[in-house]
Parts: sequence; C-alpha cells; structure tokens
Amino acid sequence: MAKKLALIASKGSLDWAYPPFILASTASALDYEVQIFFTFYGLTLLKKDVSDLKVSPLGNPAMPMPVPMPNFIQMVPGMESMATMMMKQKIANKGVASIEELRSACLEAGVKLIACQMTVDLFDFKKEDFIDGIEFGGAATFFEFAGESDVNLFI
Amino acid sequence: MEFDKEVDAKNLNCPLPILRCKKGLSELEPNKTLKIMATDPGSVKDFQAFCKQTGHELLRRDEDGDVFTFYIRKRSN
Repeated sequence: MAKKLALIASKGSLDWAYPPFILASTASALDYEVQIFFTFYGLTLLKKDVSDLKVSPLGNPAMPMPVPMPNFIQMVPGMESMATMMMKQKIANKGVASIEELRSACLEAGVKLIACQMTVDLFDFKKEDFIDGIEFGGAATFFEFAGESDVNLFI
Repeated sequence: MEFDKEVDAKNLNCPLPILRCKKGLSELEPNKTLKIMATDPGSVKDFQAFCKQTGHELLRRDEDGDVFTFYIRKRSN
C-alpha cells in the first residue's frame, strides 16, 4: 500500500510557499499519496493568481542580502517589492521551479489540496478566487487522512 | 550504454530533476531504460534515494564536469 504524507501549509509568503509544494510533488514522485491542508495565510497559495506572492527581509534576519541592511531601512516603502524582485530573479537564475510550476506538478500527480473552510469565511474569500480541483473542509477532514499517514508536517 | 528515452534536466534545481525523471519513466514500458542528465549536485544522492524508494534500478552514473548522467531501468511493475 502506498505511503501517505499529510501537510499543513499555514504560510503565504513567496519563500514559505516552496516547502509544501516541493515536498508534496517529490513525495508523489516517490509514490506517496499526498494531501495538503491550507489554512490561514497558506490559503493564498490556492488562489488562481500566485504571481503576487512576496518575501520581506523585515523581521527575517536570516535572509541573505547583498549588503547588510538595518531594520529601519527595510521598512522604507518599496523595499519589500525590491526584495521580492531580487528573490524571483535568483529563483529563475538558479533553475528553481516557480510556485505555479510546482503547484501544477502537484495537481497533475493527484495531490489532494484542501482549503480550510473556516479561513475562507474568516477572510471573506470567495470560492471563485481559488483554482479548480480543490476541496473545502475543516480540521476533522485533515485528521481523516493525517490519522493514517506515515508522515505529518506543519509548515 | 543503451537507453530507450533521454531526458535533459540540466540547469534545473531540486525537486525538478526528480519530477522530470518520474515523468520520463511514466512514459516508458517496464524494464526499459531512461537516460537523464542533471547538473544539480544534490541529484547524486537524490536519484539514489528515488530509486531505493520506488524500486526502479539505478544502472549507472557518469560524471562529466558538472554534468551527471543517470541510467535508470523502470521497475517491472
């Protein structure tokens, strides 16, 4: 019987969008059955358009920067856009997949994507904001699969 | 070395070489051989791990400068 991987994706920034989709697509390639439960800011990763995901150096002291930058400069308007642009450039230069590409790989491989219904209500999201082929459910839905999974990760 | 299909995964980073490998194998009949090239240094360990977990057989690995070439025989079923 296939091994199972259950992930919770709770973050919606460009950098944190990677781990769930990398792990889920790779696990599928290794013949795992995979579900990802998207909750809170993670729900952003299920939107039709994920081209506006951002990364911020602010409050993220481990982020490598070309020149050391004190916090108060990172707060200047435009810094977040600049950091995001630089990150996207790096991603492309290093042959790292885009989030769209990894998400498509997950969908093609049959990874089940579940949107947290409570978060949808909380943030007034609309079902039509999200890509097709996802399901909506709550914590009990997550445990139905997670309870019999071999690997469970909260991201 | 003989092979039945070739996939170029050069200049791609984790996990793309593995995903391309999986896709390449899915387009082959059982026991046929896939040749796949990668430049990701992590792919050396990753392809071993991939084959160990999926039952496909890593027949051979070549190294030429920055390019790693793997020959993988698709599992019989």
